[in-house]
Amino acid sequence: MSELIDVVLTVNGVPRPLSIPARRLLSDCLRHDLRLTGTHVGCEHGVCGACTVLVDGLPMRSCLLLAVSVEGNDITTVEGLAEPDGALSAVQQAFRDCHGLQCGFCTPGFLTTVTAGLRDNPDPDEQQARDMIGGNLCRCTGYQNIVRAVLRAAELAR
Amino acid sequence: MKPAPFDYRRPEQVDSAVEVLGTLGSGAKVLAGGQSLIPLVSMRLAHPSALVDINRLRELDYVRVDGDVVRIGALARHARVLADPAAGAAQPLLRQALRLVAHATIRNRGTTVGSIVHADPAGEMTAVLALLGGSLRVRSSRGERNVTAGELFLGPLESDVRDDELAVEAALPVLPPSSGTAFVEVSRRAGDYAVCGVAAFVRLKDDGAVAAARCAYLSVAPTPLVLELTDQAADPRAAGEAARAQVQPEADLHASADYRRALAGVLTERALTQALAAARASGAAAA
Repeated sequence: MSELIDVVLTVNGVPRPLSIPARRLLSDCLRHDLRLTGTHVGCEHGVCGACTVLVDGLPMRSCLLLAVSVEGNDITTVEGLAEPDGALSAVQQAFRDCHGLQCGFCTPGFLTTVTAGLRDNPDPDEQQARDMIGGNLCRCTGYQNIVRAVLRAAELAR
Repeated sequence: MKPAPFDYRRPEQVDSAVEVLGTLGSGAKVLAGGQSLIPLVSMRLAHPSALVDINRLRELDYVRVDGDVVRIGALARHARVLADPAAGAAQPLLRQALRLVAHATIRNRGTTVGSIVHADPAGEMTAVLALLGGSLRVRSSRGERNVTAGELFLGPLESDVRDDELAVEAALPVLPPSSGTAFVEVSRRAGDYAVCGVAAFVRLKDDGAVAAARCAYLSVAPTPLVLELTDQAADPRAAGEAARAQVQPEADLHASADYRRALAGVLTERALTQALAAARASGAAAA
């Protein structure tokens, strides 16, 4: 029942061979097995959005995925968003510039969600920016600066 | 908040998935998008002995319009169905409903067929299947059968898909001529489960009178409730009153029974008004 399954997960472009039980959630696999602790776990049942990662470029909740189920997909975590030289991505820079975070717990989920959101809609208006982050909870900022950061990231990327 | 151990299978073909389900016996569950199943397993509200992961069954990843039927394969994610131009044109209720299913992030993984099999009375797609009189095709080692919407929903989170069966496809009729649909709901926050929701279908006669009208309701009954409102639909306010008198919702943490009943009336009026306008526009475009 709790036998280990050999899988190779591709995380931030790197193939990572693993031996894990089927019940391992992707969120736990990233944090515990791969030590990629940038992905945060808030509610662990798909409500808060903190654990959002990109699977083949699409935002998904890593706490609602079995790690063994995403073998063969490209997984991007918050650690994979910066430029290869370590410079912040436009979205990361905008969150910093606009004070789009306070405690930072929810931030990895916002960054991944907004990265994908701006790829689909590079020039959102304010309402579209709010819709983009509708599935992510932040208990500090009141969202105003996060919305500004989304709009600023769109500007920076132009 | 971690799943208990389970046996895990990841078949590559539909035939082998069906065979595996046949050998595992009771207690096995199919894992498609998992956006409802994984939280249930994590919270240990569900205890499957085995999960049969169908995410490799590419042959079930399709949406197509086949004559007068929209066919949705078991691996088609909500986001894909929502973005499909042909399916959206053939049956506008699909888009009207899918944009209300959770958040975009959930729609990227969750499947339309999975949410139907999950049979959540608060689920938009169960109401769509019930309202349109669609059906589900299920396969097992014993053969294949079609389950109509009327037979499918047995109770909250309980559908007539047995442990050894794999739901392979949902079929929905395309929108007939001179017809319109609408989907409206009220939720606490955008993307939350609806406190109440109403899907409406209206078909008009050549003279513009109502030939058929019905509404399906979320979150007011243990299974998707469909009310026949043909006689009242020409006056949406009267139809709203009729709906209000017929629904028997229960109270929970999110809303009182009275509030849900009031919403059912108001949303019936709104949904029918929109569906009537769409039906008139569709009739005018055809004329």
